[in-house]
Amino acid sequence: MLAKRIIPCLDIKDGRTVKGINFVDLRDAGDPVELAEIYSRQGADELVFLDISATEQKRKTLAELVYHVAEKVNIPFTVGGGISSVEDVDLLLHNGADKVSINSSAVKNPQLINDLVAKFGSQCIVVAIDAKEIDGEWMVHLVGGKVPTKIKLFEWAKEVEERGAGEILFTSMNHDGTKNGFANEALAKLSLELNIPIIASGGAGNVQHFVDAFIEGKADAALAASVFHYKEIEIKDLKKELKTKGIPVRI
Amino acid sequence: MKIVIINYGAGNIQSIKFAFQRLGYNAILTHDVNEIKNADRVIFPGVGEASSAMKMLRQSTLDNLIPELKQPVLGICLGMQLMCNSSEEGNTKGLGIFNTDVVKFSDKVKVPQIGWNEITELKSELFKGIADGKHIYMVHSFYAPLCKETIATSDYGLKYSAALAKDNFYGVQFHPEKSSDVGERILKNFIDKA
Repeated sequence: MLAKRIIPCLDIKDGRTVKGINFVDLRDAGDPVELAEIYSRQGADELVFLDISATEQKRKTLAELVYHVAEKVNIPFTVGGGISSVEDVDLLLHNGADKVSINSSAVKNPQLINDLVAKFGSQCIVVAIDAKEIDGEWMVHLVGGKVPTKIKLFEWAKEVEERGAGEILFTSMNHDGTKNGFANEALAKLSLELNIPIIASGGAGNVQHFVDAFIEGKADAALAASVFHYKEIEIKDLKKELKTKGIPVRI
Repeated sequence: MKIVIINYGAGNIQSIKFAFQRLGYNAILTHDVNEIKNADRVIFPGVGEASSAMKMLRQSTLDNLIPELKQPVLGICLGMQLMCNSSEEGNTKGLGIFNTDVVKFSDKVKVPQIGWNEITELKSELFKGIADGKHIYMVHSFYAPLCKETIATSDYGLKYSAALAKDNFYGVQFHPEKSSDVGERILKNFIDKA
């Protein structure tokens, strides 16, 4: 049976991890490769690296990081953040990334999804969608959720699937950072209306939130950052608990 | 031990090279016929679309070479699928090593299948030291049905071949290079095979 996936997300700036990292066994708290290895040993199923730097060196620095992660880590990983062209993706996949995630660039130029899928295949193209529920309607937002658009979440998600994306990474701006749980209703609706895997993001605060995202939200995978970085939740404990709730996981 | 990874332009093969590096082997990426013929172990990778991958194999005459190889050959993911008789993906003929036809998952399950699934009914030295029901990483929309060459089974809406073997040829649908310790053990078993 296919297992539900637990995915820690690492924010990267200029080749270094940002956000609080709280591992006593970590020699260099800013080294993404070392952190990735630790997560992998703890039972993470996949990793996401989100590059938030905005320098001219960005492309090269990110590509080098991908190479070093691929060299050391024996689980799949996705790279996202400011990727906007076939050339960007080619470089990252060539250096060892398993998947790339695109967000604003896909909204601005939806054809990019088709172009990437045609060249690299659906399996490595993740489309990330940030959305916010406003007056009962889920609306797509850009630039890390800061800029609203007139695009509706469910319509955009359907279009993303039709254009060939392999997975959707859905972040609820209403839930992100609250630690009050995932947007389970919207997740379940995405999962029912679409036939590609859905990764839940935004709102993880405790173990029960993951249980809810998988059972009520019907998510295929759940992504979180701070609960793992600050060791509020240990991946091993989380998976044990999920297993006792009858949720299939890899232990 | 000379390990070659056939480089015919299909997908992310850097990760496979790194996996062997972690095991202490320097695998060579090549499309050179002589280099492949003279290797002790041959890895036949592949990510992408079946009919275009077959086209690339034909252009470099590797479609004739691969079925003739005598040393242990391991097809990974699309590589395994291309070793079958045919694939529904782009309606292409395969290399005809495994006597089964690759077809698409039905829309009763989410396609592609992405993630960690269990391998069961393990029937080969490739899985030495690996317990039934261990998880490996899969990413695919098409699958090889069960057949007499099946050496491992997975379940995704139906049971299908997670791995195939015939004579010196092995194929795995999953990505051993991305399947944590279990995947590394499988690669090691492939190298250690006498």
